[in-house]
Amino acid sequence: MIALAILRRLLVALVTLAGVAVVVFVLLRVVPGDPIAMMISPGASQADIAALRAHYGLDGSLLSQFAVWVRYALRGDFGTSISLHRDVLALLGERLPATLELATAALEFAIVVGGAVAILGAMARRTWLEPVIDTVNGLMLAIPDFVWALALVLAFGVVWPLLPLTGRVDPSVSAGMTTPFYFIESLLRLRFDVFFDLVKHLALPTLALGLPLAAVIARVLKGALNEAMAQDYVLLARLKGMSEVRLVLQEALRNAIGPTLALTGVQFTFLIGGTVIIERIFAYPGIGNMAIEAVINRDLPLIQGLVLVFAVIFILINIAVDLLVALFNPRLRHA
Amino acid sequence: MTDASASSFPATSGPNLASRRLRALLVEPKVMIGGGFILALIVVALFAPWIAPRNPLDQDLILASLPPAGLASAEPGYYFGTDDLGRDVLSRLIFGARIALIVAFIAASLAALAGTALGLLAGWYRGWVDGVISRLVDIWMAFPPVLLSILLVAVLGAGVGSVIAAIAIIDWTRFCRVVRAETMAQAEADYVTAAHAIGFPPFHILMREILPNVVPALLALVSLEMGIAVIVEAILSFVGLSVSSDTPTWGGMIAEGRQFIHQTWWVFAAPLAALFATVLAFNQLGDGLRRALDPVLRR
Repeated sequence: MIALAILRRLLVALVTLAGVAVVVFVLLRVVPGDPIAMMISPGASQADIAALRAHYGLDGSLLSQFAVWVRYALRGDFGTSISLHRDVLALLGERLPATLELATAALEFAIVVGGAVAILGAMARRTWLEPVIDTVNGLMLAIPDFVWALALVLAFGVVWPLLPLTGRVDPSVSAGMTTPFYFIESLLRLRFDVFFDLVKHLALPTLALGLPLAAVIARVLKGALNEAMAQDYVLLARLKGMSEVRLVLQEALRNAIGPTLALTGVQFTFLIGGTVIIERIFAYPGIGNMAIEAVINRDLPLIQGLVLVFAVIFILINIAVDLLVALFNPRLRHA
Repeated sequence: MTDASASSFPATSGPNLASRRLRALLVEPKVMIGGGFILALIVVALFAPWIAPRNPLDQDLILASLPPAGLASAEPGYYFGTDDLGRDVLSRLIFGARIALIVAFIAASLAALAGTALGLLAGWYRGWVDGVISRLVDIWMAFPPVLLSILLVAVLGAGVGSVIAAIAIIDWTRFCRVVRAETMAQAEADYVTAAHAIGFPPFHILMREILPNVVPALLALVSLEMGIAVIVEAILSFVGLSVSSDTPTWGGMIAEGRQFIHQTWWVFAAPLAALFATVLAFNQLGDGLRRALDPVLRR
């Protein structure tokens, strides 16, 4: 049964992915603006332009262009970036790890902080602390990552210049790294100088991306915890003399995780989307920053590759969340 | 519209439901605070040329990089200081409110209109109509919204019209999903069965009976969407894809201020504060609307 459900999920994912590919392709081709016109030097002849057009497969009909593109894409060949003159897949491979590191750090931060606030709130039920937590959390929910990022730039750029405002790592420190996964590599090779430099650079973008998600997690998990605390089995455990802390952590938390997880997954896709502008603000060399450059330069092959990568990440997260929710829900697990 | 919707509510609600809802709105503090701020901002934006102390485009290099009032070497009359070109920050802020509000109101209305139309169709006719629309929503939501908005604006060309179009094209799904679910729930209600029994045509039931009952849930969403639109406009002007640099925008001011943040931080801080307050106000208004209009939450 579960295998069948997963198979159907994957099939839907493939349809969605195909839809994304068509939408991006059509969107970028039917619009005015000629990418070739941006590449040629003023003195280029008509023959040069035609040769360039043929080189990038832009001379056929829309349908044949799409067919060419799909055929190559299935082989892992997404073409050559028009503005950077390099293989799109290689560029994505270099930049994607930076974004994954940032997104993972932000997710972990949000789970720890949001979870802690929710548990604190559940334990402080009907005390003076609860309305304080609710009010602050309500305000936090309203502040988007873009505003957080700018506020952090202001705080740490002007008021309190402690952390670097731009980049991923100091180039003089990171020299000698052999993979693009700096975080894991620095830990495995015990290069703690690199590790701490990475953490220092990651701090602000992680905060900007993680704080809105932390607020969502805190709100949803606290609601679920409070609901669980009103159930009979919690009352029974309380009658047995279980302490309030153990009640929340052992009994209520187990049943509150499921619904929180589902929402966290959806919100995590928003976080991934948010990396685009956050990387831009902090000049962080991930795929989001590259996406803005690609759009400004009308770099069609790169844009297509980037959007597909984002779509694949979104779809994978959704599938992972569905599986995790099933894992945490005993009724679904045995179905 | 209010009369028509009031009379088509279930009988238990009574004919004066609209006025009761209005009263519920007025006692909700979040509606008053958020709505009050937005109203004040609208007034400021409408009368910008009379309220702003100077022309927001006037450059004066002698009076460049003046700090805001209260700080050392501030000039009287330049309350929020000037930027590196000597333009008055307060005046630019006031004129920037125009673009922010224009985008907020038009983009959110368009997104709501499109999303509601498709959501009503999907929730009412179900079957293949719902299948097509829901799959479309899935595909749409597989795009990172910020990336898609930048993509659309790059494709359509920079400008306010493109920004508005991009927001509407991206965010109709928010409305579609809520309206679809709400329509499905309403379609099961007794008053719809009664309407069928009376012999109203299906489309009439959808538009005259169900739609008015979906509107309360919609209003809160529209207010939240306006907050989102303000942010998206700021992001796009920050990246340089919104209006031309001749027109002051908050996002554009933030981008300019970012370059000289160590020297003239107020050029960065002032529009950021305006952006923050506006988004918070739309959010509180939306939150308050939901509380006031949702009969379950109100109890």
